[in-house]
Amino acid sequence: MSSKTKDKKMTGTPGFDPARRSFLAAMATVAGVTLAPGVVLYGISKSSPANAAATSDVRWGMLIDLGRCDNGCDDCVSACAKENGLRGFGRPDTDAQWIRKVDIKDPETGYSKSLPVMCQHCEKPPCVDVCPTGASFKRADGIVLVNKHTCIGCRYCMMACPYKARSFVHETLEDQKPHAPRGKGTVESCTLCVHRIDSDRQPACVEACSDSGGGAMLFGDLNDPDSEISKRVATYASQQIRADLGLNPGIRYRNL
Amino acid sequence: MNWRRICIAMLAVMLVGIGGPGAVVYAEEGKAATNTLLPVIPTGQGDACVEETGFMRRNHMELLKHQRDDTVLDGVRDEQYSLKECLDCHAVYGPDANPVTFTDPSHFCRSCHDYAAVSIDCFQCHASRPESGALPADHQFSGAFPGTSKVNGSE
Repeated sequence: MSSKTKDKKMTGTPGFDPARRSFLAAMATVAGVTLAPGVVLYGISKSSPANAAATSDVRWGMLIDLGRCDNGCDDCVSACAKENGLRGFGRPDTDAQWIRKVDIKDPETGYSKSLPVMCQHCEKPPCVDVCPTGASFKRADGIVLVNKHTCIGCRYCMMACPYKARSFVHETLEDQKPHAPRGKGTVESCTLCVHRIDSDRQPACVEACSDSGGGAMLFGDLNDPDSEISKRVATYASQQIRADLGLNPGIRYRNL
Repeated sequence: MNWRRICIAMLAVMLVGIGGPGAVVYAEEGKAATNTLLPVIPTGQGDACVEETGFMRRNHMELLKHQRDDTVLDGVRDEQYSLKECLDCHAVYGPDANPVTFTDPSHFCRSCHDYAAVSIDCFQCHASRPESGALPADHQFSGAFPGTSKVNGSE
């Protein structure tokens, strides 16, 4: 995960004071004369990891080993609800689900398995294609999100998603988690715990799975050939759900 | 001609009478508690805000909007101009020693927005109070106003 902070671009200081702006510009210019421009920008932005913008050098992904995933375990689901402040309203049809356990069964053999399914963070997300306002978007590092400031709640993305990964908020909410704003009239889905990723932490579901001893979920950078996840997907066979759609999801499964 | 002059003079007197008290939009520190017509602005935590007070009064919405797009679209999580940071410092604690939500008229944001009749949608999605944390000494409930925590000049 350190690769996220490895290569950063200048993000600028969000300030509106013209004096401040020109001061920063002057600083950059002065430093640019003495040093190479790239070095200058790197130097300024390196002050804090929170300062760094997401870059396309990284592609976040997850490998879920179903051989280690217990049918009866839903630690990932409850960890997600706790982390993001998801609460049910006793209406299972419409209550928000960012991650859920889906039971599958082979009718021929009777083999059944329960697998965690969340937003698959597609490389070519259909939810982004259909969004009329651009609220559904893919971040530079491959995380598919809803910008609720521009979401009009039309739910086209819910229709377009082949994984049924998105939920619509029907109720007025109170006391949301400060790091996970969510409200009535907008669509939402798994954010891959983007607030955690931006501070170099693992998604809550992955952490919970590892804490409970399951260790079925592995999170990492698919673009970094040295990352654990890249090595594993290169070594062992893994599958994407509905790979036939050609969306190239960032979530992969083993032993499906 | 005399009538005209008298009319103008009367008009001037009336205008001064109307505009005088209304011209003061923000209460001076220490006077807020005595004049309930003016917004009662709860004090924030720490020595100073991220920018000068006058600048913040006029431009806080621009800072928040800029930060919001940086954070949501690019993952830039500078805390300085984030809504979360505003609420952390400007939390108002109610009688139960918990930070009040936006539903409480004494909430920091509401204290001005109610007065200025500007409705905001931020808290339809965003938490309007810090998640948890220790109660700072200068945010203890003073009991000065019903349902309101310590405010400027309430002591």
